[in-house]
Amino acid sequence: MSNERTIALRVNGRDERATVPAHRTLLEALREIGHREVKSGCEKGDCGACAVLLDGMAVDSCLTLAWTAEGKEVTTVLGLGDLDALHPVQEAFSEGGAAQCGYCTPGIIIAAKAILDENPDPSEDDIRVGLSGNLCRCTGYTKVFEAVREAAATLRATESGR
Amino acid sequence: MYTPFELEMPRSLAGALDALAAGRGAATVPLAGGTNLIVDLRAKRERPDRIIGLGEVAELRGMEVGEDRIAIGGATTVSDLLHSAGMAAAAPSLVESARLFAGLMVRNTATVAGNIACGSPAADLVPPLLSLDADVTLASAEAARTVPLDEYFLGYRRDVRRPDELITRISWPRLPGPCVNTFYKLARRKGDAITVTGVAVTIAAAGGVCSRARIALGAVAPVVLRAKEAESGLEGRALTPAIIESAAAAAAGAASPIDDVRASAAYRLHTVEALVRRLVSQAWERLA
Repeated sequence: MSNERTIALRVNGRDERATVPAHRTLLEALREIGHREVKSGCEKGDCGACAVLLDGMAVDSCLTLAWTAEGKEVTTVLGLGDLDALHPVQEAFSEGGAAQCGYCTPGIIIAAKAILDENPDPSEDDIRVGLSGNLCRCTGYTKVFEAVREAAATLRATESGR
Repeated sequence: MYTPFELEMPRSLAGALDALAAGRGAATVPLAGGTNLIVDLRAKRERPDRIIGLGEVAELRGMEVGEDRIAIGGATTVSDLLHSAGMAAAAPSLVESARLFAGLMVRNTATVAGNIACGSPAADLVPPLLSLDADVTLASAEAARTVPLDEYFLGYRRDVRRPDELITRISWPRLPGPCVNTFYKLARRKGDAITVTGVAVTIAAAGGVCSRARIALGAVAPVVLRAKEAESGLEGRALTPAIIESAAAAAAGAASPIDDVRASAAYRLHTVEALVRRLVSQAWERLA
């Protein structure tokens, strides 16, 4: 059964194409076309390392079939900002030392972005519930939570300054 | 990595039901959020020839919080439950379980129908829905039927849904007057954890007595189930510590847990009794 198809994906604002069979996950397809910033962790929906935004909503790309993402906007951690212009969430994680080995970080930053898009002033509990699908196996989550609070404050200040 | 399959993505419910009807049996399976199915495909526990993706079927997703009845479409996601203005008041136990459900990314895609249809005894939305007296509507290309959720499960991962049917709708009557409806998830940690013991309770009061009791238990038997002997021991009576104690013991009697990696059977029995005692006592205190 060979059912490969070329699908159009819009990744980080750019049109890209992937030729994949129906059983390929979005995670696999993204990495095949060069998006190595999306990490493969548990491949069971437990760890969140593969999180991307799909039309602005955080999903585990390991649980998403690539074909079902066709025509949708995919945002990876590199779509938020790059080294020349970091997004406030990336800036806060970098400045706050909220990464150790860094493998879980792309997924955590995506989830943090989704949390703050929904609620610019999240409570401690909102942050914990929001990040409950992201596992870091190096260390704890204290600096991660601090970075999300810091990013929230920065984003609120930017918004109110406009 | 997987056994290959065909993937169809119908854009209407009628199209999805026709595609399932053409499947002739278990080789065709529906795909809702995929948070169970994709994992099962990867583990080769499921080897369908053909998958019917439901992501484009808008009719299956949505919520109506009505005066008399609350209804949700089968493909309503766990996150949708948290984003509905009226749901927290209409179904407090369901919203609590949605909040503690897996992690953010899974909540964003996992659906209510999928949580029911997976048939897991640890499916966290099911005890709350049982405590709310939910009905499940199953539709095929030919007909639709509605069954009480209480009669939906036949045994461990076995249910009344035929392979050509979809759960299109889950609905329940609005809770009565003074009433407490709660869910407690006992797990190794709060988020991203499989439940050790889940208990949902509805206690309503009228004229100084308990007018309705629902006690639903998750992860302590081959199916999620109601502890009906415990419920009837509470109804029609002004609750006292002794009455609650015997209901808690009756609830433990309804459970038939196993030892697994998360907890021992003995621990689960102990926690059923403790949680039922606690949740019923707290509910009665709040109603007093």
